[in-house]
Amino acid sequence: MTVPLALPRPLSLRRLGDLVHQPILVLSWLIVLVVIGWAVAPGLFTEFSPYEGDTGASFAPPSAEHWFGTDRLGRDLFARSVYGAHTTLTATLLAVLLAFGVGVLVGLIAGFSGGLVDTAIMRLVDVFLAIPSLLLAMVVVSVLGYSTNNVALAVGISSIAAFARVMRSQVLAVVTQDYVKAAYGLGVGRLGVMGKHVVPNALSSVIALAALEVGTAVLAVASLGFLGYGAPPPEPEWGLLVAEGRDFVAVHPWASILPGIALAVVVIATHRISTSLRKEARR
Amino acid sequence: MPRYIALKLGRAVFVVWAAFTVAFVLLFVLPADPVDLLFDPAELNSVPPEVKEQMAANYGFNEPVIVQYLDRLGHALILDFGNSVQSGQPVLRAVVDVLPSTLVLAAAALVLAVLIAFGVALAATSTRRVWLRNLIEALPSGAVSVPVFLSGILMLQVFSFRLGWFPSFGDGGFRSLVLPLITLAIPVSGPIAQLLVRNFTTELHSGYVTTSWAKGSTRAGIVIRDVFRNASLPALTIAGITFGNLIAGSVITETVFARKGIGRLTQTAINTLDVPLVAGIVVLVAATFALINLIVDLIYPVLDPRLRATLAAGGSR
Repeated sequence: MTVPLALPRPLSLRRLGDLVHQPILVLSWLIVLVVIGWAVAPGLFTEFSPYEGDTGASFAPPSAEHWFGTDRLGRDLFARSVYGAHTTLTATLLAVLLAFGVGVLVGLIAGFSGGLVDTAIMRLVDVFLAIPSLLLAMVVVSVLGYSTNNVALAVGISSIAAFARVMRSQVLAVVTQDYVKAAYGLGVGRLGVMGKHVVPNALSSVIALAALEVGTAVLAVASLGFLGYGAPPPEPEWGLLVAEGRDFVAVHPWASILPGIALAVVVIATHRISTSLRKEARR
Repeated sequence: MPRYIALKLGRAVFVVWAAFTVAFVLLFVLPADPVDLLFDPAELNSVPPEVKEQMAANYGFNEPVIVQYLDRLGHALILDFGNSVQSGQPVLRAVVDVLPSTLVLAAAALVLAVLIAFGVALAATSTRRVWLRNLIEALPSGAVSVPVFLSGILMLQVFSFRLGWFPSFGDGGFRSLVLPLITLAIPVSGPIAQLLVRNFTTELHSGYVTTSWAKGSTRAGIVIRDVFRNASLPALTIAGITFGNLIAGSVITETVFARKGIGRLTQTAINTLDVPLVAGIVVLVAATFALINLIVDLIYPVLDPRLRATLAAGGSR
């Protein structure tokens, strides 16, 4: 017997009906889908170029034409935010995939083998948890060199420990279940039990964590970008956009605040979605 | 009990040693040529080879890795992390110089964050209106979602540039502390508030609370007398996470408000690739984290009689 994997279940009419009672959740999904659209096909959402501007129209305030206003070089800030989604979200996706993949593997090995291997791995995880992830990411990126890919790598490495810990505790919980003992009793090998029962059942909590980590990783990528460790200046990246506008914030506040608010809204939306996924996983 | 203390102490020492090793591998072993890291990348090509050779000898990079490692470890044991490349002063000195500034900011932010978290938890538990409760419970997740650099810039914009209530930067006096303090307290309060809201709700539905209801207590009475105490203690368990949030938050906060402190020192050290300084900061931060967790592990049994009983009954566990 297997406990059904708590991935989002197929849409049924009743579940669509449920969504009507959760307008904020629907709005969150819409926001995330639109931003994914920005990342995939930015040209559909804005007619302006993120790199070239009209220097005569520098620091134009937000208007019907320039929704977020323009920056020092007269570049449309909405266009830069839209194109920036690609840089920031690609880095986020890479970071979460890396942390998820390595973390799940490490947690699975630790939880499933137990004993000395488990102790060794978990003490190592303790060490990575003892260094605040932003600090660890800063150190890693300083060694690798400043670029968006290295920021992704650094953020990913600094979140492996969290995934490993959750995966291990889930594996430990699943291994004691009756259906796992039953599978052993029926003569299924260790690898078979691991692949067929332990991994699928342990994953649901880790997937909920991954959804939460997407929001955290967007923030980490943008923070490193803000500090200047990510893409070099002409590139539109969300954290960098806020940093570029910061020098003029006293006179032209929108240049840094509007891209920043767009970023915050996306993170809030992903957190809302991850909360609903966690509730699903617990059911 | 003695074994419990020894176990926790051993774990703390291990974490610090391992953090030192991780920092050593990342900063001194992995870079293809650690000597290059000591120079400004823009000037690297104009540095004559003899100077590089001299630097390598000074920093002991010509020695075998294991000798370098043991040498640095031995010095680190007496808190000697070498000299900062940029300023030439000892790493410990550089850290201690800016430490008070960060301590004041972090301590004040922590107090405010805990107050906010308790306020949110009490308000969420006390109200019976579902929509209000849902709204209050959404606040902590919002608090961790807004980037610190954005909330800092918004604070500056509203309270400094528009209203002129507080200075926009600097380290002078209480007035310059207010905005950074609030900026840092917001993300730190989020996880604490989430934990407290959860605990308050659990305790509110436990047996002894039902007894209190039956005895005719009011809702406010129950929340304050019964729930508050029992639900607050577990908040200590996320002290380590809170410390991490304070450090990460202070890097950004100190940058936005141009304050001196550990955060800015770290950022400058990373920007200038001041390897000994970065390594020193990583080890000191990990040591502080381990110390905080050790203290929590040791005082928790003192505060919670149930855990004390378990430890006594289990003898050594």
